[in-house]
Amino acid sequence: MSAQIDNSILTYEVDSDGIAVITVDMKDYPTNVLNDKTVPAIISAARHAIADDNVKGAVITSAKKDFIAGADLKHFTSLTDQEALFNQVVEMNQGFIEMETGGKPFVAAINGNTLGGGYEVALGCHHRIAWNNAGYKIGLPEVTLGLLPGGGGTQRLPRMIGIENALQIIVQGQQLRPEAALKKGLVDHLVNDLDELVPTAKRWIKEVGTSDQPWNVKRFKIPGGEVMSPKVAQVFGAGTALTRGKTKGNYPSAQYAMSCVYEGCQLPMEKAIIVEARYFVKSLFSKEAHNIIRTGFFNIGKANKGGARPKGVDKFEFKKVGILGAGMMGAGIAYVTAKAGVDCVLKDVSQEAADTGKSYSTGLMDKAIAKGYGSAEKKEALLSKINATNQMADLEGCDLVIEAVFENRDLKATVTKETEAVMMENGIFASNTSTLPITGLAEASKNAENFIGLHFFSPVDKMPLVEIIMGEKTSDYALAAAIDYVMKIKKTPIVVNDSRGFFTSRVFSTFTNEGMGLLLEGTPPALIENAALDAGMPVGPLAVTDEVNLGLVMKILRQTEIDLDRKDESAAAKVAPMMVEQFDRPGKRQGKGFYEYPEKGKKYLWPELSNHFPTKDDHPLYEEIKTRYLTIMALETYRCLEEGVLTKGEDGDVGSILGFGFPIYTGGAISYIGYIGVQQFVENCDGFAQKYGERFQVPDSLRDRARKSEPVMA
Amino acid sequence: MADAYIFDAVRTPRGKKKGSLWEVTPTQLVVTLLKALKERNDLDTSKVEDLILGCVTQVMEQGGNIAKTASQQAGYSNNVSGMTINRFCASGLEAFNIAAAKIMSGQIDLMIAGGVESMSRVQMGSDGGSIFMDPAVAFDQYFVPQGISADLIATKWGYTRDMLDEYAVRSQERAAQAWEKQAFAKSIIPVKDVNGFTILDRDENVRPGTTKDVLAGLNPSFEMMGAMGGFDNVALQKYPELEKVNHVHHPGNSSAIVDGAAVILMGSKEMGEALGLTPRAKVKSFSVVGTEPTIMLTGPGPATQKALKKAGMEKNDVDLYEVNEAFASMIMRFLDDVPIDQDKLNVNGGAIAMGHPLGATGNIILGTVLDELEAQDKEVGAAALCIGGGMGVATIIERV
Repeated sequence: MSAQIDNSILTYEVDSDGIAVITVDMKDYPTNVLNDKTVPAIISAARHAIADDNVKGAVITSAKKDFIAGADLKHFTSLTDQEALFNQVVEMNQGFIEMETGGKPFVAAINGNTLGGGYEVALGCHHRIAWNNAGYKIGLPEVTLGLLPGGGGTQRLPRMIGIENALQIIVQGQQLRPEAALKKGLVDHLVNDLDELVPTAKRWIKEVGTSDQPWNVKRFKIPGGEVMSPKVAQVFGAGTALTRGKTKGNYPSAQYAMSCVYEGCQLPMEKAIIVEARYFVKSLFSKEAHNIIRTGFFNIGKANKGGARPKGVDKFEFKKVGILGAGMMGAGIAYVTAKAGVDCVLKDVSQEAADTGKSYSTGLMDKAIAKGYGSAEKKEALLSKINATNQMADLEGCDLVIEAVFENRDLKATVTKETEAVMMENGIFASNTSTLPITGLAEASKNAENFIGLHFFSPVDKMPLVEIIMGEKTSDYALAAAIDYVMKIKKTPIVVNDSRGFFTSRVFSTFTNEGMGLLLEGTPPALIENAALDAGMPVGPLAVTDEVNLGLVMKILRQTEIDLDRKDESAAAKVAPMMVEQFDRPGKRQGKGFYEYPEKGKKYLWPELSNHFPTKDDHPLYEEIKTRYLTIMALETYRCLEEGVLTKGEDGDVGSILGFGFPIYTGGAISYIGYIGVQQFVENCDGFAQKYGERFQVPDSLRDRARKSEPVMA
Repeated sequence: MADAYIFDAVRTPRGKKKGSLWEVTPTQLVVTLLKALKERNDLDTSKVEDLILGCVTQVMEQGGNIAKTASQQAGYSNNVSGMTINRFCASGLEAFNIAAAKIMSGQIDLMIAGGVESMSRVQMGSDGGSIFMDPAVAFDQYFVPQGISADLIATKWGYTRDMLDEYAVRSQERAAQAWEKQAFAKSIIPVKDVNGFTILDRDENVRPGTTKDVLAGLNPSFEMMGAMGGFDNVALQKYPELEKVNHVHHPGNSSAIVDGAAVILMGSKEMGEALGLTPRAKVKSFSVVGTEPTIMLTGPGPATQKALKKAGMEKNDVDLYEVNEAFASMIMRFLDDVPIDQDKLNVNGGAIAMGHPLGATGNIILGTVLDELEAQDKEVGAAALCIGGGMGVATIIERV
């Protein structure tokens, strides 16, 4: 029961009115985070205030830009002793209970991001006052990381704002801007002036100074109804179903968070926090949480900070970016470039086509304004950065040119030559191709060292990944420039070496191919789609093939056959021509593919599908199909790693998650192998290889790893 | 093993939801029947050893073991014990089966089994249950409400709304005809007030003249719940071979929510003889089965097959079947599981027309099949019900 002040974590001062101000200010940390030192320091300071007869109450605030940004994930994911952590979490929560029952008012003066454990510190106070500034957020995002609030958040929030409202925030991991947080009751009061924050908190202590939490007052009832009330029972019923719909059972912390609220809200606080601590430990030590945090937080974070950037090359400032081709992709690239504040030239063969491309940005800005995000000024500012033109001469002075013309080698070669004649001498030329090897395209360039692939995903404004492709001759200089550009437009880069389909297209095609294979094997179409969704893919293989278009699939397959002079025996090579040529159902764009697309209402599977691909009694089963999808993608990703298309496993993880929606609970397409265990993975592959063919053949190196129980992560 | 005999069976009329019987307590519904049973049979109640009642929602005035309460309140001897059981929708038939087992094992000679539910006064589901409210349970068990299960059955086996509505119209027609020909006269005990004024003397929910056109105008009952409540997704994760759930049930092809009670006097041959009670039928066999809980309502077929096997019978050895019409789709499913001539099934209509007072229905339909066996001078009857949470109960009786 120490009441020492830990000055490496916070400062403690008592003013002349007897109000203590606890200012969290972690030394040697860029911001305030919660770890095994922060909470004890806060609790200890709180005890100090409670014990001091001269202190009337205390304000908790921060000297950093954030109030407390959340848990120190590095610390928490490095823990190995579950029971020790459980005891520690219970002890921490008992500290919060001491703070709220010590008989003195505590106020959180919130000046910046107050997330996760940070918000739980605020919940442990009797009152919450926040600076009204749209630049930061308040909330409990733990579930999005595979965790759950472990500092009493699942207990205090429902008691404060009602179970239904609290469940929404906790289970969806919501973070709210201060104004919305006030509306939902997460904070009690806003001040417009940051300088007024702590004084207002002090004034509340002097003028109101309640030192009882509502739930410690006799005859307290949870607002909106107790757990056992008919209304709230329904909330749990529907809430559980909705959670299953969303998580498919792949993200256990969401269901644990619901259980915390359900079980804990029927208990007094001192018992409730124990229930929460049990589920918190269970979540934290789940493979899913570790996967989500490792890839989703650390590795994507590392990529976003340019982790793959060659050292020793000066940072690029882009003065003018040229974009060739104002179609879907070019228009999107122009939008994200202009949005990043960089002037760009959007060139197409006709002025009309270029203008149409630019109007894509107009549309997006109008939509933003309609939704209340944008403004007329912002729209004008963005549009003024896009010069739509049909004149090659306008590309003069561009330090980066991205071509997004049709996937045709001759055309690409022509525009490369034309552009290089006008753009800056040492500028970078990037090709946004999804299929054509970069080394070959670079042959048209007079400066192959500066020629690089930038594979964007559609729609460019929404998709977070850019796959950077190194040609044989591409220099570090060009790579650094490409990474700087991708960082500038706030997307995540991964760097891959040249190969057919590069990484993302190559692996993703194994997924869609498997879906078509299942169709040939007599699997009910709905099962093909649902198994993919339930495994965690965002779209079923048939639906996404409709979106890509079967016509295009067929074209790519045929081109590959010609290029490699080899007949393609894959399922896609059988099904795509049937769909296009025999049934005239090329895809969504034409309103008919594997699905029907009625004018009104939702798409539905083409009823004739099961006539043309009759369902067989011995078709593959649900669980096996789910495993099969993830297995083929992980295996192909491993091959990419082995062949050097990928240079590190993290890129396979990040690229698969951001590029084609490989489920993040697995950690990504490489981590998946470890997630289910390398031996099990090899065993699954062997079983599939026997049943479904050699595409499931395990590379020797992987079999070796299985034999040695060696994890796969380069 | 001894035989268990049925001496008498009575029931209240079924009052529609918040209709005539809204004002009558569930205890009073049972008391009405117990008094009538005593009077009709000149019963020495000190010889009655036990009263088992089925009742699903055992809270508030249906809580606290309503069986013993009602027995005392009806003026029965203190010798009568009481037990209230819950097997959801089959509670009334399960009460009968437990009583039969006690008699057949020779441990009890005379008792009453029945069921009661005032759905107007005690709301269905108000007793809670971790299966739908505890996230840990509901999540793992793929819980969906019954209506979603009923629609899931229709989707999985391709029962169209047209098929279901056609069946519903027939249930209404048959119920109306049954009342016309007084098929229930032997069993119906009117519910009266303290003055002796009649409150209700006939099934209130029957809608003669219901046509498919009328039903076609009704909106699906569970579409919103399936979409907004997220339950369709849960159902599809359990049945991933389906693209969506077809919401084909509506108030017109689902059982109605009603109030009612029923009791059956039963015992050993010797006790019957001693008290001068005439045995009307004896119990051949009974069964209970568990089934997959998400689709939930597929129990009657397997339960019936199991009871037939126990009785050493074939499906055609049974002359008349009463299968509770919880939802039209599960009747279709029953007919696929136990393919019988539809003229043998629910010949006097069912719960779609007359309603389903949860705890009582199993007891009611057993009485109904007995009355009809006598009316048609047939021998063997069966009753079966589907049950929430994935169960089924069936009973086979034979006239003596």
